[in-house]
Amino acid sequence: MLEIATPETIMFWALAPLSVIAALGMLVVKKAVHSAILLAFVMVTLAIFFIAQGAVFLGVVQIVVYTGAVMMLFLFILMLVGVDSSDSLTETIKGLRWIAIAAALGFGGLMIALIARATLGRTAIGLEIANSDGNVEGIAMLLFSDYVLPFEVISALLITAALGAMVLAHHQRTNRRPSQREQAIARFRTGSLSDAAGLPGPGVYALHNAVDVPALLPDGTPAPTSISATLKARGDVIESAPFQLDVVDPTIKEEK
Amino acid sequence: MTTAELLGQDPVWLIVVKAVIVFAICVVSTLLAVWTERRVLAKMQRRTGPNRVGPFGLIQSLADGVKLALKEDIIPAAADKVVFIAAPIIATSMCFMAFAVIPMTGKVNLFGQETALQLTDLSVGVLYILAVSSIGVYGIVLAGWSSGSTYPLLGGLRSSAQVVSYEIAMGLSLVAVFIYAGSMSTAEIIGSQHENYWNALVLFPSFVIFVISMVGETNRAPFDLAEAEGELVGGFHTEYSSLKFALFFLAEYVNIVAVSALATTLFLGGYHAPPGLGFTEGWLGGWFTIVWFFLKVNIFFFIFMWLRASLPRLRYDQFMKFGWKVLIPASLIWILTVATLRVIQQEGASRTVLIAFVLGLVLIGFAITSLFERSKKKSEEPMTQGDAPDFPVPSLPGVSSINVSAQTGGDRE
Repeated sequence: MLEIATPETIMFWALAPLSVIAALGMLVVKKAVHSAILLAFVMVTLAIFFIAQGAVFLGVVQIVVYTGAVMMLFLFILMLVGVDSSDSLTETIKGLRWIAIAAALGFGGLMIALIARATLGRTAIGLEIANSDGNVEGIAMLLFSDYVLPFEVISALLITAALGAMVLAHHQRTNRRPSQREQAIARFRTGSLSDAAGLPGPGVYALHNAVDVPALLPDGTPAPTSISATLKARGDVIESAPFQLDVVDPTIKEEK
Repeated sequence: MTTAELLGQDPVWLIVVKAVIVFAICVVSTLLAVWTERRVLAKMQRRTGPNRVGPFGLIQSLADGVKLALKEDIIPAAADKVVFIAAPIIATSMCFMAFAVIPMTGKVNLFGQETALQLTDLSVGVLYILAVSSIGVYGIVLAGWSSGSTYPLLGGLRSSAQVVSYEIAMGLSLVAVFIYAGSMSTAEIIGSQHENYWNALVLFPSFVIFVISMVGETNRAPFDLAEAEGELVGGFHTEYSSLKFALFFLAEYVNIVAVSALATTLFLGGYHAPPGLGFTEGWLGGWFTIVWFFLKVNIFFFIFMWLRASLPRLRYDQFMKFGWKVLIPASLIWILTVATLRVIQQEGASRTVLIAFVLGLVLIGFAITSLFERSKKKSEEPMTQGDAPDFPVPSLPGVSSINVSAQTGGDRE
């Protein structure tokens, strides 16, 4: 048996319950983002275990890779599921629950079988021999000699997945998008020049200065271009009339 | 004796003392950095900058910090409370952790113990810094999400996309350094530079890529899209106030100092004196090396300020395009070159082979760029003629300007 030092034992009993609780919480919490955060926490605690057991490189790479991966997950949640989405238990695909349970059992069985194959009936050779050429060099040696085929297969799988995601997300533009320069030129060359310097801002009055009130033009009429078309379509626009002065004296006194 | 062995002899009390020293250095350098930045920016913009509190306004940032801490702490009703509070803590604690593996002096005597001013030396120290800084970004992303408001969410999203794309470029720029130094430990990289040349010279392209991506990594101008105040009010920290905002503020500056320190370590020879000034390293029993270290860190900090003063913020798609289509391919090609050169060197090939290889690469580069030049066609379409404006404008090609005196009937005379 390998010797386990005391500080490592203390660290294990402090972190292991936390990581198990976080892993369970990941399954239980309602919000998808909370789940992602807990997943990141589990990954970090796992990395600390790796480091404590002498696999420094593996631990650090675990953090670098999985924080990036969880970050992507986070983005997927925000973009595909929605910012404040919670779990819903309705099945969108028929029999999804059974497929999920079967997949989970299969994966669990595979993991147990792999770990058993790697540990049962073998004696641990210890860190000193495994790290004799240095931890990083040892991993590199294994990765690029014995395990080069699985390594390449996994990379091919990942590239295929990335390409598939690109194909799914890609849409062909029917016409070329005008560049910023072309847009700027077009603003000056076509139509009226009065909008060339940008559209007027919304109304700013003593009583109200939000984006939902149109600005007043010099002649006292509201400027329709000063508010967003979305707000107008939603019907969230307030009349600017209540904010007008009662009597506007249109006469101009010439200064002598 | 290697630095790792030297640091391995530290008793527990010394580790605690060094941790406190590193923490103090981070906090004090933040205070000074804020002051320096405001003064230097002011100089560049022909202003004076803060000059009222203390000599030369030195205590201004301390006064600001106290004021910030005493402000009302607001948690928005729509915020996710736990994450909202945890986010600034994650952001701040992680950038302090990055400092643990930065060597600030050579071998020195601290309270009667032979040691170096470096908390620990990991065999994968540089990767460790990458790891903690990528956790630190979670602070920003979670702050954006948990605020329950649109602008912070957009800021958080931008920052996560930024980190995912610029950290790749940063990691790739480090690979060349690892290949050259044959190690990923900060102390050993410094050692290898001390024996040869500084990496900034030998691996100049890596150096350039690292400096660019480190600006992207720290959310600083011109890459500060996550907190673009012109577009997103304050970006991810719009809803934060009081101490929590102060923590983000602290995190930003500690982060700047940390990446500057990393750049110093990897590319400018760390705490060692510049060539020709090696005799200074023995002064004050080795403590003088910390002066060289902070001088070099300040060079990078000055670059940060200089960039902020001179460059406008990038548009988001330009920023992404630059990261993915320029920085990453460039660093990939550079890594291939460095790796090949390194193998050629280690196999003991003659100098002629090396030079022939480099010349061949340069020729291929010329050939590719000349192809690009030829394929670039400039569109010379005629501009469309617009309506004649009904008010006077300066005359432009294609627009007929109005003759003012003709319209007003010349009654101005």
